[in-house]
Amino acid sequence: MKIVVAVKQVPERDAVVRVAADGRGLDERDVTWTMNEPDAYALEEALQLKERAGEAEVVVLCAGPERVQSTLREALAKGADRAVHVVTPESGAGSLGERDSLDVARLLAEAVKAEAADLVLTGLQSDDLGAGQTGVVMAELLGVPHATLVLQVELLGNGIKVKRELEDGWMQQVEMPLPALLTVQSGGNRLRYATLMGIKRARQKEMREVSAAAAAKRVDEVVKVSPPTRVKRTEMLTGSADEIAATLVERLRFEVKVL
Amino acid sequence: MSNGVLVVLETKGAGWHRMSFEALAAGQKLAADMGGACSAAVLGEAAAIAPLAAELATKRLATVWMVGDALLAQYTADGWIAALAQLIAEVKPKYVVLPHTYQVRDFAPALATRMGEVLIGDVTAIQVAVAADGPVFVRQWMQGKLNAEYRHGGDGGVCFVSVQAGSFRGDAVESGASEVKTFAPTLEAAKIRTKPGEAFREAAQTVDLSSAPVIVSVGRGIGEQENLKLVEALATALGAEIAASRPICDAGWLPMERQVGSSGQTVAPKLYLAVGISGAIQHLVGMKGAKTVIAINKDADAPIFEVADIGVVGDLFEVVPALTKAIEGAARG
Repeated sequence: MKIVVAVKQVPERDAVVRVAADGRGLDERDVTWTMNEPDAYALEEALQLKERAGEAEVVVLCAGPERVQSTLREALAKGADRAVHVVTPESGAGSLGERDSLDVARLLAEAVKAEAADLVLTGLQSDDLGAGQTGVVMAELLGVPHATLVLQVELLGNGIKVKRELEDGWMQQVEMPLPALLTVQSGGNRLRYATLMGIKRARQKEMREVSAAAAAKRVDEVVKVSPPTRVKRTEMLTGSADEIAATLVERLRFEVKVL
Repeated sequence: MSNGVLVVLETKGAGWHRMSFEALAAGQKLAADMGGACSAAVLGEAAAIAPLAAELATKRLATVWMVGDALLAQYTADGWIAALAQLIAEVKPKYVVLPHTYQVRDFAPALATRMGEVLIGDVTAIQVAVAADGPVFVRQWMQGKLNAEYRHGGDGGVCFVSVQAGSFRGDAVESGASEVKTFAPTLEAAKIRTKPGEAFREAAQTVDLSSAPVIVSVGRGIGEQENLKLVEALATALGAEIAASRPICDAGWLPMERQVGSSGQTVAPKLYLAVGISGAIQHLVGMKGAKTVIAINKDADAPIFEVADIGVVGDLFEVVPALTKAIEGAARG
């Protein structure tokens, strides 16, 4: 069984967010990068499936510039068997920022086709752009069935049964044949850390670079990026912890009336 | 149907998903701004959706499309994509507006792909300055820290848009009279590849946060499970229910049933005190109904401050114990 896990490298959660000089993107200069968290859960599910199945190959896939190799190495250190890096320019024509979600999914889908995977896993959405589309679009491009918001995967004879999340705490089981694509919701598993041995082994594992196809014409266009304007007037309290606490107690008593 | 808008509504049980009318309001507004007509579609087994279509006939719409088929009795992505692709080919709208629900996230990106398009998803606002320039769709980047404005590239294609929960008011839907038309899609059972089971809940829910008057909610900023006791002490002092954002429940530090947000409970307390919660949109949709929001977070740019009435940019490990002590003192005094 071959499982491909598509991951994205995103700015760290606490990253200082600034608008790029052209006002149409994110200023990436001082950003530190990490593996998109839902994708880390997709990787974890793949590794656990491999452990349960006994025999499987886990291939981790990422599109982006040189820097994404650190995220691919991290996945290898956690236990993925090999990595495929779809290389795009850092900026300008052909870079990820210049492509729409359809085009990025196309890059990934082409790489998946070359692997002829039985199962493709990815996170349900990215923590940066939050479109939540790449996986579903890839499934359509690959012509395979899919399920989203998946928490657990069970291998059946010739297919899979997944537990997926519905809204308001409801769940659902869905069965489908393989090959298939699943977008994984966080929280289904506990994430593992890379061990020292894993990090050492990762250096010996294959990291194959493939060049990205030229960018297609965008369907949508980002015309402006800006910090949000406040809709609500927020009163910001300052001072020592004790002063803030005293002010809050006053408000809780006389305005909110919960004390 | 130049500049026409087609709103795809979602059902839940025998009625509507709560976000359906928000999408309908967004669609009516977009149609009015663009000088087009607004229509709506409802999918399902014909007999089940007939009363819903009749309800839509009392809204200000050009046409209500009743898309009925036995294979649409239960949601599948394959069924929905096939039926909607056929309906869109027939109706030829310029814009397709959907509520950004879990179900829409499951099929709409693939539907757009099938038509060579891209879904502009989870939109918080639609702005039309000049109709000839077309609409600008606002969506959030970086967990709400940035707003990005999108335009559809044109080329005459269909523009797919899904609207975020709470961004449009369902009670703004305009009444009127419209004609109900049935649309019979050609569906094949063999082409529906997934076999969905019934919805179920893991365990009976024992905590009902929706009726709690005071909630103290904790997020990633708490750092370690060990530190939860600080927040628990504050909740006890306030007589509050304790709740959390998703990462805390994912880590198993609090049970899933205490999660507030799109995948957890929706709450509307008198006071929502958010401790170390950045305010990702999935969380905000669950607590926007709170009367007063107080947020304590070390990051001044955290989106939680966008919805907070009172904000404290500071170290929760100092502020929370001080607040607990002050509340206990006030209760005694």
